[in-house]
Amino acid sequence: MSLALAIAAVLLTASSGALSVAFRRQPDRAQRLAAGALVLGALLGMAGAGMALASPVPPSLDVGWQAPFARFAVRLDALSALFLFPVLGVPAAGAVYGLGYFPQARHGARAVRLQIWFGLVTGSMALVCMAANAILFLLAWEVMALAAFLLVLTDHEEPEAQRAAFVYLASAHVGNLALFALFVLLAREAGSWDFARMAGLAATTPAAPWLFGLALGGFGLKAGLMPLHFWLPGAHAAAPSHVSALMSGVLLKTGVYGLLRVTGFFEAPPASWGMALFTVGAVSGVLGVAFALAQHDLKRLLAYHSVENVGIIAMGAGLALLGRARGDGALVLLGLSGAVLHTVNHATFKALLFLGAGAVVHATQTRDLDHLGGLARAMPRTAALFLVGAAAISGLPPLNGFVSEWLVALASVRTAFDLGALPHPHAAALGVPVLALIGGLAAACFAKVVGAVFLGNGRSPHAALGHEPPPSMLAPMAALAAVCFAIGLLPALVIPSLTRAAAQWARLPEAALAAPAAEAARSAARLSAVAAVLLLLVAVLVLWRRRSLGARQPAAETWGCGFTAPTPRMQYTGSSLAEALVIRFGWVFFPRARVIPPAGLFPRRAAFSSSVPDTVLDVGILPALGSLARLAGFSRAALVGGRVQFQALLLLCGLIGLLAWLYASG
Amino acid sequence: MLLSAIQLLLFLSLPPFLLGVINRVKARVAGRTGQPLLQPYFDLWRLLHKGAVYSTTTTWVFRAGPVVGLAAVATAGLLLSFGGAPAMLSFSGDFVLFAYLLGLARFFTALAALDTGSAFEGMGAAREVSFASLAEPALFLCLVVLARATGALSLSQMLGEGLGSAWSTSGPALLLTALALFVVALAENARIPVDDPNTHLELTMIHEVMVLDHSGPDFAFILYGAALKLFLFGALVVRLALGFHFDSPWAALLAFLGGMLVFAVVVGTVESVMARLRLSRVPQMLVGASVLSVFALVLLLR
Repeated sequence: MSLALAIAAVLLTASSGALSVAFRRQPDRAQRLAAGALVLGALLGMAGAGMALASPVPPSLDVGWQAPFARFAVRLDALSALFLFPVLGVPAAGAVYGLGYFPQARHGARAVRLQIWFGLVTGSMALVCMAANAILFLLAWEVMALAAFLLVLTDHEEPEAQRAAFVYLASAHVGNLALFALFVLLAREAGSWDFARMAGLAATTPAAPWLFGLALGGFGLKAGLMPLHFWLPGAHAAAPSHVSALMSGVLLKTGVYGLLRVTGFFEAPPASWGMALFTVGAVSGVLGVAFALAQHDLKRLLAYHSVENVGIIAMGAGLALLGRARGDGALVLLGLSGAVLHTVNHATFKALLFLGAGAVVHATQTRDLDHLGGLARAMPRTAALFLVGAAAISGLPPLNGFVSEWLVALASVRTAFDLGALPHPHAAALGVPVLALIGGLAAACFAKVVGAVFLGNGRSPHAALGHEPPPSMLAPMAALAAVCFAIGLLPALVIPSLTRAAAQWARLPEAALAAPAAEAARSAARLSAVAAVLLLLVAVLVLWRRRSLGARQPAAETWGCGFTAPTPRMQYTGSSLAEALVIRFGWVFFPRARVIPPAGLFPRRAAFSSSVPDTVLDVGILPALGSLARLAGFSRAALVGGRVQFQALLLLCGLIGLLAWLYASG
Repeated sequence: MLLSAIQLLLFLSLPPFLLGVINRVKARVAGRTGQPLLQPYFDLWRLLHKGAVYSTTTTWVFRAGPVVGLAAVATAGLLLSFGGAPAMLSFSGDFVLFAYLLGLARFFTALAALDTGSAFEGMGAAREVSFASLAEPALFLCLVVLARATGALSLSQMLGEGLGSAWSTSGPALLLTALALFVVALAENARIPVDDPNTHLELTMIHEVMVLDHSGPDFAFILYGAALKLFLFGALVVRLALGFHFDSPWAALLAFLGGMLVFAVVVGTVESVMARLRLSRVPQMLVGASVLSVFALVLLLR
């Protein structure tokens, strides 16, 4: 039953875009129908996932299929079911948001195309999370990658979108190559393409480190782990905002899912795997937020925060792997729960933030933080909802981001203790201060974003354009914010599902994790108590303030320290706010500045602009590929541009060379 | 339970007195008589009964700042034990919540500052969030050292009975941690050598500049919240330094209160004999504190 619902969800969401074609004569109705179909599919799928989580034996289906090596095998274990919630929920919110943000009545064929690919990417992501056969998995994976490419290309005449989409397509296919190699090797080791047969592989075979490396590379590229994140900021910034929410919130998470799925195949993975994943995660976390701090494009900034959060997820997954190496059930539970819960949480608040950013961009027509300001007055609801997302992503209580970071921090501190006689990589205890650094930097970054966009005074005419979006855009944001509060206030409710996922992933009986799970649930209940006290105190203080102030609230100008003609341009901008922290990370940045200095006694015109390009893409890969292309150009000029005699000579040399090789190899 | 309640009452009532002691020490060292010891209470009382002026630039975020700031710091007090009895609420990993509640207070204070649209307050907010993101890792490193030394995961146990035996087995590491924690306490509470609580109008200050536009009850909430925060950090340092175990909880409470007095005197003395550091030196000091606690961790993990 649960599986039937999930398969229905895949079919319904993947084909929802067809409705927008079928009813294209009445664009409003067509879009509402398509969004309705997608939401209905998502609800069915989430109901199915919920039922699958409740059943102790994962529901599965395995039928023959004509495609070579493939079987239509799907399985909904706890890990898949938990991933289905964000994978279906976020696109559903995005589809409703699209009604106001990207109306078919205004955008016509462009909106129709967007809805077709939007539905298709949703359905294929859900199938990726359910597939239990390597060929089916790769097929769904490829459909997902291509549909996402077409989504990035929605504004296909923009050079920015063309470039971002091309970088994404190239990197996605490099990743796919790694995955082909990975699954071919896995199938050779296991003797089958079915995940069920792959489970239980020994991690001691000579192929095992290669498999882990390929998984880390292939899935890491999709997940956006530093330094494989380079495709991500451009693609997320160029796409329409609800597509950014889908890509940043859940498309990346399929990489996390794949990594967890493949590492779950192995019996007793070595501690070095855990440490490798943990280290990559820590680097992604710190550098991701550092790059985010240096951005002044709202959507690029949010995209870099995805790198940071995937880093936190990888830290949790690395700790869970370490727990399996040490045979420490509590570490497995805390690490994997933290990773999976942070995946769900990040999907929620990042989607919320992208939708909020979309409302701002929609109203003001600019993404530049330093041109905005004071929007909280014109868009109070958007500002409040964005603030919820900002506090959640900074890991502040009583919201959901705190709960998952808390679980990862608990796992990390556990590695400081000596347990049993197995190896103890105590270095993982440094995850706690690393998480604190990430949290502190993220809070700084979101103080910058909220401050520069919503608070103070507007810095340019763009900011004066701000207006509240229609209810169809606010409602999905409100729903996502409600999820942020729900998980943050009642974390104990999700612990049982996370425990089941951890037990199935680590291939342990659930009873083995019962004691640490009970402990975690107890702590989570206390967490709720503290959150309740916090909210109660806030309410009391608000009432007290209201009673003692009454009507005595005279208004005045902000105090200008005696200066009588302050202008909005004198405010701290987002860039100046982050300056003190950005210079600390000067060693990874290659900032580009364009300066026209003031000249003469009565200077007319002076200008300054700066930006921090992506170190990996703009400083590393693109120049390297450029040199390679130039080199190829030179050799081509010598070969093709030369005389016919020279080409004939080369042909002859080639033939002789081939003959010699044939002769030598016997 | 009774003892826990008494501790909570002390936590809510004593912090302004701590500020009074610091001020008295500074006055005496400077050769002045100084304000009355209870002056901070009078200030709070006066502010609570005043009206408030709001800038036309501000929104609800400006009004929410002091409220959330005070509520978060006061809630953090539930997690820390001040004398012999355990805290009101304690669970594994509560130290993370403790630090993040303080982070919540800071986040909202910085946002309220940015809401005024003043360059001055933006500057303060920028400095506060920058230095905090360096102080936070140092604080967490200290807490990890404590967790490792006592084998406990909750603040009450870390600073409870296990601490006595931890001092005898790993004294040097805990001494380094106490030093690092003291530095973090000075930085987090905007005391000299990081920030000068007396200079409201200099381009060098951090915390005070963020709250320039607050007035009346809002400002009272902020001042009281800052006092509570100082008390919390003082309690961390004092509980760590007073490692030995008391048989009677009342004796423990008395020793703790004595320790807090000493803490206030030390903070006052530091403020009297030191100048404020140049702003570019502050990160170095905070990284220094982190290095101290990493060193302590290495000593424990060898």
